[in-house]
Amino acid sequence: MTELNPMELPDSFRDSLRMLERSRRERVAAVRRGESFPLLSLPDRQAWLEEFHPDYRYDQRRRLRIGPSKGEAVPLELAELLESWPRSSTLALLNDDAPQHDIETDVLVIGGGGAGAAAAITAAEAGAHVLIATKLRFGDSNTLMAEGGIQVADQECDSPILHFLDAMGGGHFTNDPELVERLVSDGPEVLRWLEEIGVLFDKYPTGRMMVRHGGGTSRKRLHSAGDVTGLEMMRVIRDQAENDPRISVMNFCAAVELLTDDNGRVSGAVLERLVKKDTVVVRAKAVIVATGGLGRLHLQDFPTSNHYGATADGLVMAYRAGLPLRDLKHSQYHPTGIAFPEQKLGLLITEKFRGLGAQLINRHGDEFVNSLEPRDVTTAAIIRECQEYENGVETPSGGQGIWLDIPMIDLLHGRGTIEREFPGRFTEFLSKGVDLRTMPLLAYPTLHYQNGGVTIHGDGMTDMPGLYAAGEVTGGVHGNNRLMGNALLEILVFGRRAGRSAAEFAKSHGASKGLGLSHLESFMRRLEELNVDRSRTAPVLLPSYGEVKPL
Amino acid sequence: MSQQQSETVTVWYDEEPFQVPAGRTLLVALEEVGIGFIRSIGCRGGVCGACTILYRISSEHELRVGLMCQEQVEEGMRVMPLPYFPQKKARHDLEVDVDESPDYRIRRLYPEVSRCIMCGECTRLCPMEIDVMSYVGMIKSGDLKGAAKESFTCIQCQACALRCPAQISQPNAALISRRLLGRCTIPRAEHLTRTMERMEEPRLQQAFRRVRRMSEDDLRALYQRREREPNEAPPGTWLPENQSLI
Repeated sequence: MTELNPMELPDSFRDSLRMLERSRRERVAAVRRGESFPLLSLPDRQAWLEEFHPDYRYDQRRRLRIGPSKGEAVPLELAELLESWPRSSTLALLNDDAPQHDIETDVLVIGGGGAGAAAAITAAEAGAHVLIATKLRFGDSNTLMAEGGIQVADQECDSPILHFLDAMGGGHFTNDPELVERLVSDGPEVLRWLEEIGVLFDKYPTGRMMVRHGGGTSRKRLHSAGDVTGLEMMRVIRDQAENDPRISVMNFCAAVELLTDDNGRVSGAVLERLVKKDTVVVRAKAVIVATGGLGRLHLQDFPTSNHYGATADGLVMAYRAGLPLRDLKHSQYHPTGIAFPEQKLGLLITEKFRGLGAQLINRHGDEFVNSLEPRDVTTAAIIRECQEYENGVETPSGGQGIWLDIPMIDLLHGRGTIEREFPGRFTEFLSKGVDLRTMPLLAYPTLHYQNGGVTIHGDGMTDMPGLYAAGEVTGGVHGNNRLMGNALLEILVFGRRAGRSAAEFAKSHGASKGLGLSHLESFMRRLEELNVDRSRTAPVLLPSYGEVKPL
Repeated sequence: MSQQQSETVTVWYDEEPFQVPAGRTLLVALEEVGIGFIRSIGCRGGVCGACTILYRISSEHELRVGLMCQEQVEEGMRVMPLPYFPQKKARHDLEVDVDESPDYRIRRLYPEVSRCIMCGECTRLCPMEIDVMSYVGMIKSGDLKGAAKESFTCIQCQACALRCPAQISQPNAALISRRLLGRCTIPRAEHLTRTMERMEEPRLQQAFRRVRRMSEDDLRALYQRREREPNEAPPGTWLPENQSLI
C-alpha cells in the first residue's frame, strides 16, 4: 500500500493546511463560547441557490420535445437520453411481425437493488413466479451504499403525521401527498418486517431501537445499523429473496425496452445479456421497473456518489412507453463529496461529521458558511466560495475543494470521538494513510440522488396497465428534495406495494395478448421529424469510462 | 503527488500488460487506459465486493486480495479478477425448530465450520480486515453475538471462502448467524408493537385525515409550528406540548 505522506502533499495544500491549523484553536474556542457562523436569511438562501446551485443553471437544462412530458425542462444529459433511438437489439425485433418469447414469468422485476428485491419477495409471497433481471449482480445498487439510516415514526413523541409534515416540508410541498401518506404509514410495518427477517438495527439491550435526528426532521427517527445500514439491509433482503424458490435471478441482464400487447398493456421486456452479448425476450403478466437513478450520467460533469449502474435506464424505457415523468429539474447534490484523496472522488463524507462539529473552511483557513445549513444551501455555498471567490483549494488533478475540518471533532468532544463515532470510515482512511484525527479532508459537492422520476399512483401503479415502478426511478414521494433516511424507507414501502399489486394483477388478468413494440411507433416518427441522429441510442446501460470490453 | 501525474506503472490485468498512470486506484487506472468494465465492478466505494481481485506483485511471493476500487496501482501487479465464486448457500426458511437453538441450527446448515483448522488464511486475506477465523470459531462455539459483531462489515466478496482448506463458506455462515441472532435472540422492539397498535386508533386516523384536508397555506403553517425534539432527549421520554398530532 502506497502511504499518503503529508510531507508529499502539494505546496498549495501545505500552506493552506497551515492556515487552517492556525485558525482552528480560535474556531474551537468560538464554538465553546456558543458562537456559530450566522445562518443565512431566507432571501439570502434563495439568492445563493439561484446563483450557484447546479439546479438553477438554466443553460444546463432544456425542454423535452417529444413524449408524454413534452415541454417539461430536464437536465441536458437526460434530455439527450430521453430523445434517443432504441438500441439495435430492439430495432431488430421491430422487423419481426410476432416476436416470440424466450422466457415466461408471472412478474418480471427489472432491477436488483432494494426496491426490486422487496418487490420480488412480496410478489412471490402473494403466489407469483418472479424473475429478477438485473444489469450487474443482484444487490449491486445504491441501496447498499446508504450509510445514514431509515426514517420510521416509531417513537412515543412521533407519529406518521409528523413524518408526513417533515417529508412534505423537506420537499418544499411539491410531493404527491397520496404517496407521502403511504410512505409514512407503512413505516412501522416495514421496520417490524426488517426486524423479523433479521436486520440488525442499533438497539438498546431492551430491544428498543436507537434513533437520531437527520436534516429536516422534527423527531429523532433515523434508525441505523452501524455506518453500514444499506449494506445490512441489502444483504438480508437479497438472502431472503434467494431463499424463495419462486424467485429466479438473471445477473448481467439489462432490460432495454418494454413490450406491450394490442390493448396497451405491458406484456414483457427485451433484455440484453451483457456477458453473452445476445437478446432475450421475456413475456410477463406484470412488470415492475426498479432500476434506480441517474448519478452516472454525471450531470454538468459533477462527480457522483452513485453505483456504476445508475444510468437512468428505467426512465428511458418508461418514457418511451408513454409514461410521464416529474420533478426531474432538481437533483440532489450532496455538499460533501470527497475531492481529496482522489481515489475516493465523489464518494460521500456523511453529514454526521458536520453534525458533530466539523466546519467547512476555505483555503485561507476561514469559515464561510454555517456547515449545518440545508444540503442544497451548503452545496451552493461551497460552489460560490470556489468559483466566485476562488477560495477553494486546488487538487493535484486540477479540481477544487473546501476543507472539512474533521480533527475539530476530537477537540470539541474529547480525544477518541472520531474513532468511536466513525469506526468504518476511520479504519478505511487510516489504511490509505489518512489519519482523520489530524488530517482534514477536501470536499466538493457530488451528484447524489434523483429526486423525481416516473409518475406513479398509490401502490406503484403507472398509467400503463400491468406496469409498476418503485424506488429512485419514480417521482412524487420526495417532491423536488428528499430528506435523509426517506429513500431506504421508500424502496421498501413502494417495492412491497408494487410487488403485491403486480402479483394480484398477474393473477386477475392472466396472460397478455401478444408481444409488440407498437408503443414506439409515434415516438420514433417524432425522432425522425426532429432529425435525431440514428447513432444516438438509449438506454446506455453503462458509463463510457473505457472502450475495451473485457469480461 | 504532483509528479505522479506523468508517472506510469505496469500492471497485468487478466494476463494482459497495461501501462497505467500511478497514484490511481486499479479501477480508475484501468479505465483511464481504456477498459470498460461489465463485470468486476459495482459500487466503486468499497462496500459491494464486486471488484474483488487476487493479485501478486511480480517480485514478491505473497498472494493478496483487494478491491479494485480501493487498491492503488503498484509496479508489477499481476491481477486476477474474481467476478463470481461458487460459494455454498444452504437454503433456509429462517425457522428454528422448537427443540433447537439458533446456533445449533446454523451448525446444522453449515456443519463444515467445525472443520476449521485455524490456518488463518481467511483472516489474512479479508480486504475489510475482519478476523474471519475468529468469527468462525464463535459460530462453532455458539457465540452468535460475537460472530455478528466481528462479521458486521462483511461485504461478501468471497475471498475468505476461496482459499479455505476446510471449504467453509464463511460469508454465508456469518449472514445466517446475524439473521437468526436478530430474529430469535435479540428482543423485539416493544415500542414498535405499541406504535403499530396506536396507528389503528380512530383518533390518530382522524387527525391524519384532518391534516390531509388542509389547504397548502395551513399545512405550511403547521409545518412551521412543529416542535423539535431536543437532541439530548433520553429515548421515549420527551413529549411535545401539543399532542394532537401524535
